[in-house]
Amino acid sequence: MANHLLSIILLTPLVGLLVLFCVPSSNKQALRLVANVAGLCGFLISLPLVFRFDRTIVGYQFLEDVDWIPFLGVRYHLGLDGISLLLVMLTTLTGFLAILSSWNAIHDRLKMYYSMLLLLQIGMIGVFLSLDFFLFYVFWEIVLVPMYFLIGLWGGPRKLYAALKFFLYTLTGSVLMLIAMLVLYFQHHAQFGVYTFDIEKLLQLSMPLATQQWVFWLLFIAFSIKVPMFPFHTWLPDAHTEAPTAGSLILAAVLLKMGTYGFVRFSLPLLPDAASTAVIVQVVVGLSLLGILYGAFVSLVQKDWKKLVAYSSVSHLGFCTLGIFALNPNGISGSILQQINHGISTGMLFLIVGVVYERRHTREISDYGGLAHVMPKFATVFAFAMLSSAGLPLLNGFVGEFTILQGAFERNPWWAVVGVLGIVFGAAYLLWLFQRTMLGQITHKENLRLPDLSLRELVVFAPLIAWALWIGIYPKPYFDVLEAPVMRIVERVQPGVYPAPDALRTVEVANQ
Amino acid sequence: MNVLDSIWLIPIFPLLGAALMLFAGRYLDPQPMSDVAIDPALAEELKDDPEYKHLVSPATAHHGHDDHGHDDHGHYHVPPTRKFVGYLCAGAVLLSFLVSLTAVIQLAGTESRSHEVVLYDWLSALPMALTNGQTVTLSAQLGFLLDPLSAVMLLVVSGIGFLIHVYSTGYMAHDNGYYRFFGYLNLFVFFMLTLVLANNYLLLFVGWEGVGLCSYLLIGFYFHKKSAGNAGNKAFLVNRIGDAGFLLATMLVFVTFGTVRFTEITSAVLHHPEAYATAAWGSIGVICLLYFFASTGKSAQFPLFVWLPDAMEGPTPVSALIHAATMVTAGVYLLARSNVLFQLAPEVSPIVASIGALTAIMAASIALVQTDIKRVLAYSTVSQLGFMFLAAGVGAYWVAVFHVVTHAFFKALLFLGSGSVIHAMGGQQDMRHMGGLKDKIPVTFRTMFIGSLAIAGIPGLAGFFSKDEILWQTVSSPLGSNVLYVVGLGTAGLTAFYMWRMMFLTFYGKPRMDEHTAAHVHESPAVMTLPLSILAAGSILVGWLGVPAAWSALPSFFHSFEHWLHPITGIVVQTVEHAAEGHAESHDHVVLEWGLMLLSVTIAVIGIAIARWFYIQNPGKSQNVQQAAPGLHRFLDNKWYLDAFYNHFIVRRLVLGGGHLLTRLDAKVVDGGVNGAAWLTRRISQISMWWDSRVVDGAVGLSAFLVRAASIPIRFAQSGSMQVYALVIVLGLVVIIGVYGRF
Repeated sequence: MANHLLSIILLTPLVGLLVLFCVPSSNKQALRLVANVAGLCGFLISLPLVFRFDRTIVGYQFLEDVDWIPFLGVRYHLGLDGISLLLVMLTTLTGFLAILSSWNAIHDRLKMYYSMLLLLQIGMIGVFLSLDFFLFYVFWEIVLVPMYFLIGLWGGPRKLYAALKFFLYTLTGSVLMLIAMLVLYFQHHAQFGVYTFDIEKLLQLSMPLATQQWVFWLLFIAFSIKVPMFPFHTWLPDAHTEAPTAGSLILAAVLLKMGTYGFVRFSLPLLPDAASTAVIVQVVVGLSLLGILYGAFVSLVQKDWKKLVAYSSVSHLGFCTLGIFALNPNGISGSILQQINHGISTGMLFLIVGVVYERRHTREISDYGGLAHVMPKFATVFAFAMLSSAGLPLLNGFVGEFTILQGAFERNPWWAVVGVLGIVFGAAYLLWLFQRTMLGQITHKENLRLPDLSLRELVVFAPLIAWALWIGIYPKPYFDVLEAPVMRIVERVQPGVYPAPDALRTVEVANQ
Repeated sequence: MNVLDSIWLIPIFPLLGAALMLFAGRYLDPQPMSDVAIDPALAEELKDDPEYKHLVSPATAHHGHDDHGHDDHGHYHVPPTRKFVGYLCAGAVLLSFLVSLTAVIQLAGTESRSHEVVLYDWLSALPMALTNGQTVTLSAQLGFLLDPLSAVMLLVVSGIGFLIHVYSTGYMAHDNGYYRFFGYLNLFVFFMLTLVLANNYLLLFVGWEGVGLCSYLLIGFYFHKKSAGNAGNKAFLVNRIGDAGFLLATMLVFVTFGTVRFTEITSAVLHHPEAYATAAWGSIGVICLLYFFASTGKSAQFPLFVWLPDAMEGPTPVSALIHAATMVTAGVYLLARSNVLFQLAPEVSPIVASIGALTAIMAASIALVQTDIKRVLAYSTVSQLGFMFLAAGVGAYWVAVFHVVTHAFFKALLFLGSGSVIHAMGGQQDMRHMGGLKDKIPVTFRTMFIGSLAIAGIPGLAGFFSKDEILWQTVSSPLGSNVLYVVGLGTAGLTAFYMWRMMFLTFYGKPRMDEHTAAHVHESPAVMTLPLSILAAGSILVGWLGVPAAWSALPSFFHSFEHWLHPITGIVVQTVEHAAEGHAESHDHVVLEWGLMLLSVTIAVIGIAIARWFYIQNPGKSQNVQQAAPGLHRFLDNKWYLDAFYNHFIVRRLVLGGGHLLTRLDAKVVDGGVNGAAWLTRRISQISMWWDSRVVDGAVGLSAFLVRAASIPIRFAQSGSMQVYALVIVLGLVVIIGVYGRF
């Protein structure tokens, strides 16, 4: 059992899915209960990872490696390092919270709804655990389907447009990723005579810079659509706005991170020469900085509450890609931490929209105002989420943003100057949103009798609040688990610049 | 008992108070929905609606905006749990003060007068390359440093903080949101204590941002008022602009020194000054400039002071504590803390001094025409902060801190006194509707009288000593200049005038309020007047710790402030430029010092006399001046048009305009490209459909079937059966690999 922990984590939602199929569609309470138990189990079963993770091990742990499609060289190869550990924990937690938050929000086709959430869960966990590019690709594609249905069936008024746009846009990227994957696959055969999609083996490829560069651009488009980076972001506001709350939560907290994870796991280590080319770094960093400011400016004038939060994601993810392409330890580790932070903070902000949407069925900011008078607990939670998102020190966002900016500063101070401006504007759109919705006097009679947060809703927010405080007050454990994998990536893109711990070098040798 | 190792407790007490208010406040101090929660227009509309009638209290429909929800119709009984909230939060700060006092006394007994307590590595990230080629780990501790400088600030923050808490238990007694107020206030004290106790720049920033947050929360305390929300946002955002400078400076400190810890930076600079004393505008120069920029935000200096006057939307005790005595002096503290860096970057100091002097005279000139009692004090605060920066800019850091301390006493006193006046007037803040209050609220009057003498610089009171020392340093310091001195002296004259204009308008002459208000004027309760009296005593006595050097006949106790701070502000970084410096105390100096002292006292007296002439002896004459120079009056009344400039160009044009422009761009161009591609795909597939049905269908049936089969993927793209499409892709992939795999 213990040797198959990752498979168990991966398959728990599937078990939940099978149980769910046995429950009659008419029994809504039972469906809700089963789905919530499945979500909770999914999270609880992933908890041992935290305790059994050994941060001194360089490379992957909890490995599972068996043949899947032998004639293609495809393997069922799972493993976990510090980077995937954090993202998997984020996935299992927010996956559960997404299910829990849907209790009162969804009333039709419950069985299918919860099935889609559980299926989504499998796909996302799989993406973060796969050590085989083909397997990764399969999970990457699996994620599309349930999200398409979540938006298309349970979404808002323009749900079909948004769902189709989301699907086609991401699929375009996937096709390009497929080509890049095949190039690596055949290159490996050409160089070593073996067909494999194994990430660790692909690391040994030595490709000319030109090849690396165009493979990089193929992967770049795939990943940057998913992140999304400016100018590939326009699917995001539509998808977020139309998706049901749980969908937005998952989309923001986890799905976007698949893109940044792709950069960290594939683009940088597999194509180190391309990723450190001056032109490529300048283009990607330029787009990141542009995205930071662009997202912030556009957020500022949105009239739709959810769209505002969606555009803020573009801004925040700009910080993540900025950190990655600073190509130094603090930039990359800060970026990964910020990916978690964004999941927590923006996840909360979407849940907050969900709470009022459930009560009022409108997302127009001007339909609200003065809610703090009638929903004081809600206002407090919202203020907390706002401050966490705006990067107030002692909360999670600050640690991530500062580390990223320090990394960027180390490489080029002007990048940090632009990034810091993003922090200023980040506070602006959130504060103004808070003022327009929570403060002032109540001007709509519908808002007079809004119930405050229920216990179930508080339970949804509580773990995210606790997590935000933990990262803000004591972030050291996070950097501890990130140290080994991040230093390994940095050693690939900037060899010899940072003194690597001795352990790292020996593993490199052992791999060859 | 050794308290020095337990200084981390000092900020903890108020934090616990704040946490308790967050979780238990609503149970200790239950609140009905505020009667100003509903928009008057809506309330009017709903008052006959049977469904909503019960939610609209009769008061709501015709409720005016008064300052602190004050009820004229009698003082209702304060419930005991509410009293408990007040005692608890004030008690938390008192505990902090007592621990601080004990710790400082113990510190005075130690040899080094510096004690550091490190709790743990707070930020401990990964390796980073420094500019000098070394590699270190990016890390910052959660650690506290008690040294003479933090000791002074600690006592001011916790001591005056405690007095203001006590005052607030009276002032806020009838306000909705009592527990919320005290929770925020405790949280503020926690962050402020963290700020002054931090042993490194990054932790200092935690306090720096934290006090900004509390300032935001408390300015917007009466959040039903749009103006309060706006003022809160303005404060937060203007401060954030400064904070951007703080963050960048800290990053530069990291890559320059490899650490942000104060003691390590100081020792690095002292041991290798030559390594850091580069040409003008090297790393250190930029660090200093950026930290100064950060200070212009938090300490309300030109060009970022615009938020502070608006911050008066908050309850008056908040103005006293945060926007006068403590938070706004954080910038001065930051500069004093960084004085070794500033010594290495002499190119920055003149900028600091000039901005300080400019702010001082600018704010003083605006204060001349204010009619709101709190706004006079707000601009006065900006002006006095300018004095502090002037002192720091000429290298007299101990004097800057000295003025922080004396100002904390007399300005807290004046604000609390104005609160007592407003309390007595039932919320009226306009001085044109006051007058003749002298005998009706005697304690308030007498204490404010002392405060106004102190700020005007009348000898014997605290303000005289610190302000005069600043003016003297402006002349005598090698970094000073005669121009700065003249500006400072002029500001001192204006200060005496506008402060006494305020006193005369408020307390003297004929009452100008309506009868209803006049009948209700009453002195505040003892919990409010007692803090006033203590602060008044401080406004006299504290100054005697730093008498002028020329008063050499007095024993050294009277010079103890400078001596106490000497380990921090007396450090001299020995570089080549500094070697030439000598500070000989000559007889000429003493004569000059006495002469200038006499001059500044004369100016102050003249200022008061002019105010008296205009507002006591010849009331109405001030109108003539206003009419004689309408342009000037308009200019000052519009605050030198700085706010208007920011609103128009930065907020409207740049930020909002830019936002709207980019949103249009996003929809039309960026998303237009995406939709255009979709449109193109649809057209192509329509053409293929057309080809399919018209051309091919007309031909042989078999070929038609084949072509239709071939167009399946394209039609799928339109049909929306995406799962099938994904399946096709995966299958296609397998086939491709199968085919290629054979080769």
